[in-house]
Amino acid sequence: MSAPRSIVVQTAEAVRKGERTAVEVCEESLARIERHDGALNAFLYVDREGALEAARRVDEARAKGEPLGPLAGVTIAIKDNLCTRGVPTSCASKILEGWRPPYDADSVERLRAAGAVLVGKTNLDEFAMGSSTENSAFGPVKNPWDLSRVPGGSSGGSAAAVAAGLSQASLGSDTGGSVRQPGAFCGVTAVKPTYGRVSRYGLIAFASSLDQVGPFTKSVRDAARLMEVIAGHDPRDATSLEREVPRYEAACDEPAKGLRVGVVRSQVEAVEDAEVRAAMDATLDALRDAGATLVDVELPHAKYAVSVYYLVATAEASSNLARFDGVRYGLRVSRDDLVEMVEETRAQGFGPEVKRRIMLGTYALSAGYYDAFYLKAQKVRTLIRRDYDAAFEVCDVVLSPTTPTPAFEFGARTHDPLAMYLADIFTLPPSLAGLPAFSTPCGLTKGGLPVGVQLTGRPFDEATLFRASAAIEARLGLGEHEARAFLGDKA
Amino acid sequence: MTTYEAVIGLEVHAQLLTRTKLFCGCSAEYGAEPNTHVCPVCLGLPGALPVPNEKAIELAIRAGLALGCKVRTTSRFARKNYFYPDLSKNYQTSQYDEPIDEHGELVIEVDGVEKRIGITRAHLEEDAAKNVHGEGGGLHTVVDYNRAGTPLLEIVSEPDLRSAAEAEAYLKKLRDILMFIGVNDGNLEEGSFRCDANVSIRPVGQEEFGTRTELKNINSFKFVRKAIEYEIARQEAVVSSGGKIVQETRTWNEAQQKTVTMRSKEEAHDYRYFPCPDLPPIRVSEERIESIRASLPELPDAKRARYVEQLGLTPYDAGVLTGHPEIARFFEATLAALGDEKLGKKVANFIQSEVLRFVETRGLEATFPVKAEALAGLLALVEKGSINGKIAKQVFAEMVETGASAESIVESKGLAAVTDTAALEAEIQKVLDANPAQVEQYRGGKQAVFGFFVGQVMKATKGQADPKAVQEILRRLLG
Ligand SMILES: [Zn+2]
Repeated sequence: MSAPRSIVVQTAEAVRKGERTAVEVCEESLARIERHDGALNAFLYVDREGALEAARRVDEARAKGEPLGPLAGVTIAIKDNLCTRGVPTSCASKILEGWRPPYDADSVERLRAAGAVLVGKTNLDEFAMGSSTENSAFGPVKNPWDLSRVPGGSSGGSAAAVAAGLSQASLGSDTGGSVRQPGAFCGVTAVKPTYGRVSRYGLIAFASSLDQVGPFTKSVRDAARLMEVIAGHDPRDATSLEREVPRYEAACDEPAKGLRVGVVRSQVEAVEDAEVRAAMDATLDALRDAGATLVDVELPHAKYAVSVYYLVATAEASSNLARFDGVRYGLRVSRDDLVEMVEETRAQGFGPEVKRRIMLGTYALSAGYYDAFYLKAQKVRTLIRRDYDAAFEVCDVVLSPTTPTPAFEFGARTHDPLAMYLADIFTLPPSLAGLPAFSTPCGLTKGGLPVGVQLTGRPFDEATLFRASAAIEARLGLGEHEARAFLGDKA
Repeated sequence: MTTYEAVIGLEVHAQLLTRTKLFCGCSAEYGAEPNTHVCPVCLGLPGALPVPNEKAIELAIRAGLALGCKVRTTSRFARKNYFYPDLSKNYQTSQYDEPIDEHGELVIEVDGVEKRIGITRAHLEEDAAKNVHGEGGGLHTVVDYNRAGTPLLEIVSEPDLRSAAEAEAYLKKLRDILMFIGVNDGNLEEGSFRCDANVSIRPVGQEEFGTRTELKNINSFKFVRKAIEYEIARQEAVVSSGGKIVQETRTWNEAQQKTVTMRSKEEAHDYRYFPCPDLPPIRVSEERIESIRASLPELPDAKRARYVEQLGLTPYDAGVLTGHPEIARFFEATLAALGDEKLGKKVANFIQSEVLRFVETRGLEATFPVKAEALAGLLALVEKGSINGKIAKQVFAEMVETGASAESIVESKGLAAVTDTAALEAEIQKVLDANPAQVEQYRGGKQAVFGFFVGQVMKATKGQADPKAVQEILRRLLG
């Protein structure tokens, strides 16, 4: 196994040198979407015209000798809960179908400014609520490694698009694992930045205190390049922090020798799937081999993460999603009476999982329950954060599996919301603590399904996670063993 | 028969005088074309996020300090959740258990008796949009979001008020203070200063409160008084006849001269308050609080007291001149230009008798017929004896009319007092020569004739002679 090619870095370089035109790169991406997305359903909207125009602008800029951005000509897909000016943004929900935002999300704006070519909007669980993309109002996304399996969620479309080579990179959003878990299921690098590192402006909120925008790429270095572009303070997001953005690409070149890796032993041992266990063992060997030292750490309060998460996230969602009422935008089911109009619009516009979470959250915030539920959950968040603080006394990164199992089959968990929620059991604690966490591919099962390992870092220490991930990738990366093979395309 | 006492608490919504809204850069100005002062943030578009307006926070602190509140170094925005189309997000961003200002008080005076009224809290919140029903005769409701997100300070009093008169005094006092510190324009008609009242009654001597009703949307001082008086009487009538007060929201109906039910408790909301996750806590350092405190101007009470004690004004006059911050400023600027504090009373009198009828106020703004410096120029002429008080009124009217300075008017119209003693003495001598009989009477001891001579001299000099000089010379020549 070896590191995959860094196609983002290479493409930007080739376009800058004039070895390839941005239009060629863009057309290749559009052609692959055309050929494969019928089977995958990764895209909700392909912006053919907008993408070609952006590509032409890059080529024109080069022809005029203007400086090109770090993502010049790189094709990128955007999760459909990030606002794109004039381009439909639906959150995979009937209630917002056809809505065209009048503005770009901050991260989208930064990508455009860096010369990226945005090819389209990707499918997700409705309003990012789900772990399999089966909750999309517009049909599920298929896993490019095995079309009978889910790609994970909620950013399933963005993960699948990169895994299948439909775009060279993509953006997702992560609330409780929505970037990392599909990253693991689809065998791509997935980054959930520190809360406050990337602006949430233009990210349609699910749970405001947890949501973060993050990239999917084939290689760790590519993710570093995207992070250097999208990270940074944005005065339009009051929770975005003014911290310097380090040179993440340089961090990928730093050897892992001397790195202290804290292994969450209880989480590794909780994994029942033998192949995931084997992949974890291989990862620990690889890190040792790279000169890292391993220590065991514990997160005593992590066991409460699922309960805490489903109180905090649903409470915030119940309020965030109140604005979808048919008055100003999106779906309106007309009725003579205002209350009936709002009720019918929401009844017809939202899918069952979204309704379930709105109801849970409304209940959690209700008079008489607030202290016992929401307030207590917030206190447990603090305890989880302290667990990490203690762990970081003895290590530089915390390691755990990203998911307890590889990608599961369609319908396997849709009947049981709790079983579905447990797919996020390892990704929730870093989210609740606001910490940066990556999922890096670390092997394939015998059946050819990717497995991911999760690395969690200190606040704003994404650089160390790039360093550690690069070490794992160098030894266990999926190389050119690409998912596209499973789509019958050997080109 | 049981005697009852009223228990009243007031909630005031005062719009903070910021240029922009509380969480976005849209103009907070009143009266623009509908839906022209809007953006993704105040329209509640998906993905838009709020960013607090620092100026609004500063004004809230300013108000808190002027009302004797403790300003919290850490306070928090919270979401108040309820569905209504005038709320673009279907929640209002407000403050709940950690308001920016707490534990203040305000001293009112009714019938010469001072009373302290506690202020429970003052918190920041965003205003709602305006629903317009039946626009163009249709059945539809349309929404104007220009007002959505404008910054309000909600100031909540303790239930310390016992009569409609006290409530009115409290509101006037509160409005005065907010206007003098430049936090609010006190404009009830445009809704930038709004009041809700919680009213209940209880038998005198009883500790616990009775069931209260809430009076909403009272938009003039006159209505406040009438609505509360009516409500107290209504509650007494209900209780005296063995009935029970229903907890509900009522509103003042001016046409019917009574309060009427708006909605009952059954429809009361569970607002599901929780800290707004989009907005970090508001942190204010003690140093910043102290620097804002140091920047507070003289408050109306202190000003009135100073006018009485230092400038010798009557309490009534001091009250008139502090009736609006701009009037007080005009008075003080005139006095400063004259450079003599002892003239305070004269300046006050002239402003009240001549200037105020030309003054128009609108919110915090006021228009004056002449500049303070110009008025000072006129009054300086009176002080020098160049003109007398009566002429000064004529000159002032001319100044208002033409905008010319007092000096140029006096000069061009030849209104300067005859202060040339020799000329005046000659004039007086003429008067004495023309009235030998009266001179004889005076010298014979009939002092009352003196006034006759003064009158004759003033007539002869067309009123321009300085009366003091006339008297002096007369005494000398007759003596
Ligand atoms: Zn706005």
